[in-house]
Parts: sequence; structure tokens; C-alpha cells
Amino acid sequence: MDMQVAKKKLGLKERYAVMTRGLDWTPSYQKMEDIYPYVAYEGIKIHDWDKWEDPFRLTMDAYWKYQAEKERKLYAIIDAFNQNNGHLNVTDARYINAVKLFISGISPLEYVAHRGFAHAGRAFPGPGPRVACLMQSIDEIRHAQTQVHSISNYNKYYNGMHDFHHAHDRVWFLSVPKSFFDDALTAGPFEFMVAIGFSFEYVLTNLLFVPFVSGAAYNGDMGTMTFGFSAQSDEARHMTLGLEVIKFILEQDPANVPIVQRWIDKWTWRGYRVLTLVAMMMDYMLPKRTMSWKEAWEIYFEENGGALFKDLARYGITMPKCAGQIALEKDHLSHQAWSTFYNYAAAANFHTWMPDDDEMKWLASKYPDSFDKLYRPRYRFWREQAAKGNRFYSKTLPMLCQVCQIPMVFTEPGEPTKTCYREVDYRDDKYHFCSDHCKKIFEDEPEKYTQAWLPVHQIYQGNCFPEGTDPTVEGFDPLAEVLKFYNLEHGRDNLDFEISEDRKNFAEWRGQATRNI
Amino acid sequence: MQIDLRTVTIKPLRHTFDNIARRIGADKPASRYQEGTLDMQQEANYHYRPTWDPDHLIYDRDRSAIRMADWYSFKDPRQFYYGAYTIARAKQQDTAEANFDFVENRGLAATLPDEIRDTVLALLIPLRHVAWGANMNNAAVCAYGYGTAFTQPCIYHAMDQLGIAQYLTRVGLLLGDVDSLDAAKQAWMEDDTWQGLRRYVEDTLVLRDPFELFVAQNVALDGLLYPLVYETIIDDVLSAKGGTPVAMLTQFMTDWHAETRKWIDATVKTAAAESAGNKTVLADWIVQWRDRAAAALLPVSRIALGERADELTTEIVQQFNARMAKAGVPL
Repeated sequence: MDMQVAKKKLGLKERYAVMTRGLDWTPSYQKMEDIYPYVAYEGIKIHDWDKWEDPFRLTMDAYWKYQAEKERKLYAIIDAFNQNNGHLNVTDARYINAVKLFISGISPLEYVAHRGFAHAGRAFPGPGPRVACLMQSIDEIRHAQTQVHSISNYNKYYNGMHDFHHAHDRVWFLSVPKSFFDDALTAGPFEFMVAIGFSFEYVLTNLLFVPFVSGAAYNGDMGTMTFGFSAQSDEARHMTLGLEVIKFILEQDPANVPIVQRWIDKWTWRGYRVLTLVAMMMDYMLPKRTMSWKEAWEIYFEENGGALFKDLARYGITMPKCAGQIALEKDHLSHQAWSTFYNYAAAANFHTWMPDDDEMKWLASKYPDSFDKLYRPRYRFWREQAAKGNRFYSKTLPMLCQVCQIPMVFTEPGEPTKTCYREVDYRDDKYHFCSDHCKKIFEDEPEKYTQAWLPVHQIYQGNCFPEGTDPTVEGFDPLAEVLKFYNLEHGRDNLDFEISEDRKNFAEWRGQATRNI
Repeated sequence: MQIDLRTVTIKPLRHTFDNIARRIGADKPASRYQEGTLDMQQEANYHYRPTWDPDHLIYDRDRSAIRMADWYSFKDPRQFYYGAYTIARAKQQDTAEANFDFVENRGLAATLPDEIRDTVLALLIPLRHVAWGANMNNAAVCAYGYGTAFTQPCIYHAMDQLGIAQYLTRVGLLLGDVDSLDAAKQAWMEDDTWQGLRRYVEDTLVLRDPFELFVAQNVALDGLLYPLVYETIIDDVLSAKGGTPVAMLTQFMTDWHAETRKWIDATVKTAAAESAGNKTVLADWIVQWRDRAAAALLPVSRIALGERADELTTEIVQQFNARMAKAGVPL
């Protein structure tokens, strides 16, 4: 009998290579540039796709197994949470407004990420990055869906979330996160990866996803906390992909460095502006705070991000220039944002309120250089007015920044009592900006940013009223019509927390669940 | 005997999201498939045009010649959202793993007649490249298609095809070794047998209409390839010659095709039922790609079927035509 020749044993890395890149081939019936038409126009030079180091080695069999296990656990917990009226265990009903912000502002972005990574996962000629991107694509639809499924139960009992898809495409402040992701998705595939894979997932995820999930954990929201924790291992994979992408692009050609640097500068600032919503959530909307926005920025960006950029220095990459301005804003960002939403509470899909005395004390201790001097007097005044029955809701429309689309409420760097305005003349129009950084982003790509769907402009142009509305009739109430267009119910979805149905119902239901009445 | 566990009951303000209630016609509890699918894709007020495709919106109905009044008319009969999908696949993976273990632990690969083993290596292993092309094509349909009801199953399908390419790779490593993979790739690149199929796959990689791509890949090519290779050649012809262990190794593909074709048929049916125009477009595409696929598969099927290749391929095409007629597109 012949001796059986021992087969060549494959190491893990080799085995993964035959399972992925070994499947690829160089086409001959169609041209590479026709099969991968989107890969050249950004100017990124890739000489050898084989130099790509797979950031994780997960074959589909293992993927299905791990993910199914996580899904089984997650849905068991969601079911238990729902059955047990878990929503009544949150610290207080104000917390639920953070959930509203999340489902209408963030969850739809998870879906866009899913589509964006499907696009990137098709666009790159390298099989390694394609597979990694597709795994992220399917993970992202997971995140979008698990969030909708977890928060679905809150929607049954609380207002403001009932038409969140519709809201995301229309409501004024939701154009901030929406335009951010639209911006990334409409960029080329390399920029998309730097924008989302690196800047968003790697540099900023601890400032976005993590504060919401930690906030949920601190405030007794098991539903939200569970999907967050369940997504953690996915996020870890996404972060390693983001880092690998940047290193790979930088190592391929020195000419890539200035392009990537411009993208990092742009996307750090774009991402930071979106984080305005998170900053105010952390400092104002969580009844039980996890940490202040300022502390989070210092730990996750200044310390961790600082170490990262030190590491990237060997490629010639430097800390984004905007970091200096962000440091100057960290004492003010959340307060200026909350003040804005307090004013515009008639036009938003969540409630706002004034912090109580204990919370003011907490804010003063976290922001010793700014809170007592600048913001406490303002809040005190508003509280007094509200007590006298003069709770003020602004009904005029603010000017928006052409790039980040946030109302122009930010102050000059280092001059917190002076509003910052910048403008640029382009073609026959004047464009307005909240900052030098947004202005710079516009100047680099004016053709792109002039297309922005700015909610305020659209309202003034008459595009945000229900069909058939006649704005010339006497007694026309623009805000009422805009709310109809948003499908928000005046008096239920908006206005101050103190007078909200949420507050009333929560108190009643909690009483029903904990007392014998 | 029923026991009566009591819970505190609070009357909800509403039972589902407004968009779901509008679509299902009433405010009533919705399924996780519905809440995870309906209107998930953004629909209005996009901010910028794609720099990579400035003639279209980010999500654009006009990328396809298929016209739908509502792209959420499509329904996945499997009701797959991510959780349901991964749990279903994990179960199949358990079975596949047990099958691979069974074949490996009992040394069944070594008991295969040489002729069968060579046939399987020659036929199956180059197909890992076909599955890889299918992975790319379904990623494209997912990326550039319109509406989550249509695009969502395509990302699952893309990952399934990657899984299939990986199972085929394992079959190659089990019945052969790394050199077998290289030999199969060389055949894929150079042998006349495979050039028609490789040309087909490369030609689909440049299709821009996501629905045509869906037809070329999932309806036409896989609609002939799976019945021919897995149901006819592996499960019938080779099993009869002592190749049953191979059928165990490809059980995933057989089961998978039986499951996924329900979704594919439902998709074709919904698009065809929408309008006479759609039906014409679909019929044109299906005929064109079916004929090309059948011609490309014929030399491949000869590897295992020899002289019977023409006859059995014709039979498969007839079954395919009957299937399409049932889905509302008589060819």
C-alpha cells in the first residue's frame, strides 16, 4: 500500500488567505477600470493590494456562529425587558429624550453605514478590504435593526419617536447627522473609509456610541444598554478595520499623505460638529451623568487620540488642526447647544428643560471656568421666566451653517460672548459658516456643499409645508404647518418636559407598577 | 392545567411606528421583519449627489429599468432580518460542520473512487470563483438597488456566497490540497471548459442596472447552476457512483438554493406583476442571460456528465422555464 503523502498544513493566516483573496482573479474579458470604476478618481495611489493586512480573520462559518449566539441572547433580553415594563426602571422620564435623539439621529446613520460599506465592499479592487468592508456592511444593518427593535418598545409608550424615519429626512436639526453621512457616502470610496472607518469608527466612536450606551447603563435602560454591549465586539472589528485602512493607504504611496491629511482634518471637524448633540445629551439629558462632555473629550480625544496621532506621525500625519479650536470650545459646546434646543423646543421631537439646582452644581463643578459666569445666569433667568408662565419658545428660524448645518450659535474661539460668523461669496450667492473649519471645507469643495438641503432655506422656500398649503392666507402659522410636514404633534412631541404627556404618564405608570393604587 | 401568571399591564399609546402602521394599514403590533425593513432606507432630501455617480441621487430608482410604484412591495418570504438570518445560517453551519467532521473522521474522502474525486475537484473547485463573483454582484445590488425590502436580502445573499466559496475551498482542501486550489484556478483562468463561464461572470461585474444584475446572477446563472451541479450532478449522478460523501459536503448549497429561490421567485413575481413593461424587461433579461448561462454551463457539466451533458442541461433549462412561468414570466 502506498504511503499517504501528508498534506501541507495551512497556518491560520494562509488558511484565511485561501478562503478570501485566493478566490479572486485578474479579469481578462473585462477591463479592471470597468469592473472597479470608482477607485481612481480620488487620486489615491495603490500599488499592491496584496500588502493589505487582514485586520481580523473571520470566515463566514465562524461569523454566523458568533453572531447568532449574540443575537439569541440580545433578543431574549429585549423580550424580557418588554414583558417586564423595563421602561419604567429608567432613572426618570427625562432620560427617554436621549433615546429619542438616538433613534431619530443615530440609528438611521447605522443604516447608511450599511449601504456605504456595501458600496466600499464592492468598489475596491483588493479582495482583502472588500471582504472586511462587507462584514462591516452586514454588521451595520444589524446595528440599525437591533436599535429599532430595542427602542420599538419605548415608542409604544412615549412620544417623539413615532415617525423617526420621516423625521430623519426632514426635521431641521436632524439634517446635521444626515448631511454628515450623506457627505461621506457621496465621497469616493477611499474618503468614505477615512471618514467613517477611521475618523468616525476609530477616532470618535468613544465619543458617540459609547456615551449613549454608558448613559443607558447608568440610567437603568437595559434595552439600549444591551444592544450597545452586544455591538461591542462588532465595533472592535470596525475599529481595527479603520486603523488598517489608514495605515495601508499611507504606506502605499507618499503622495497619498496630503490627501489623507486633508480628509482627516475635514472629518474630525465634521464628526466633532455632529458630537454637539452628544455633548448636550451627556451634560443635560442624562439624569444620572456618566461624565461630562469635557472630560470625555479630554480622555478619548486629547489623550487617546493624541497617542494615535503620535503613532501616525511616522507617516507624516499630524494632529488635525481643528483640535486647537475644539479645546477652546469644550467649556461651552454643550451649554450653547442645550440653550439652542431649549429655545427651539417647539420645533423638535424631544423635550427640553432647565437643569435643577443639583444639576447646576454638577455643571459648575465640571465647568468651573465657564458655567457660573456665562450659563448659570442665563438659566436662572429662563427658570424665573418659566415660573412666571413665560416659558419662551423661539418661533423664528435661525441661520444655518452651510456645511455642518447647525444654527450659527457658536462663539468665537476664545471669545465666548461673541457669535462666530464666516461667509464666502461663491458664484452669485453668499454662504455662511459657523467656523473657519466649516468654511475651509466648503472652499475645498464648493460644488458639493452648495447642494446642501438646508432645512431653514427649504422652509423659507415653501418646501416644508404639507401639500396644498397656502402660506398667503390670513393667520397662517408657519411653525404649525412645518410640524405637520414633520408629522410631529404639537403639545405631545414637542415643548417643555415639565408639561409633557411623557412626564405625566411615566409618573402614573410607575405609581401603578410600584404602589397599590 | 393553565397557570395564570400576572404582570402589570399598561395600555400603550401606540403599537408600532407610524410608517409601519401606514404600510400595514393600522396601528397594530408589527413583526421584527417589518420594523427592521420598511422604510429603513432614507427616501428624501438627500444633501449631495454621489461624486462617483453624479447623474444619480444617493439612492435612485432610476438606476434600474424596472419601475415600481413602491419598492416596498417586495417581501422576503423568509422574513429575514439580521437576527433571523444569522440564526438560520448558524443552524445550517452546525449541520455542515457535522457533515465535514463525519467525512473527515471516518476517512471517507480517501474511500472515494479516484475517478469521482478527480471529477469533483475538476468541477467543484473552480466554482469557488463563481461564488466569489456572486458575492461581488450581490454586494453591488445591495449598494446600488432601491429600498431595503429589495436590497436587504442581497447583503445576506452576498455573505452566503462568500460562505459557499469558503465551503468549496474546504472541499478542495479535504479532497485535495492547496495545489488542487491552484490547479482549479489555473483551469478557471485558462481551460476552454471554463472560459464561457468566466466571461459570463466578468460580464456581470460591469452591469450597472441593479435589477438586471439580480437577474443575471441570482435568477439566471444560479437558477441553472445549482440544480445542475448540486441537485443533478452531485446528489444524483455522482452519488449513484459512490460519491455520497461529496453530497454531504455540499448539503449546505443544496438546502441553501432551495431556501433562497423562494425569495428570488417572490422578487421576480412582484416585479413582473407590477406592470406589463416590467414583465417585458424581465423576460428579455431572463432569456438573454439564461441562454448565455446555459451555453457557459454546458462544457462545465461535461466534466461530470460526459455525453449526457446536453440532455440534462436541456432538462434543467426546461425546469427553469417552468419555474419562471410560475413566477409570472413565461419565456
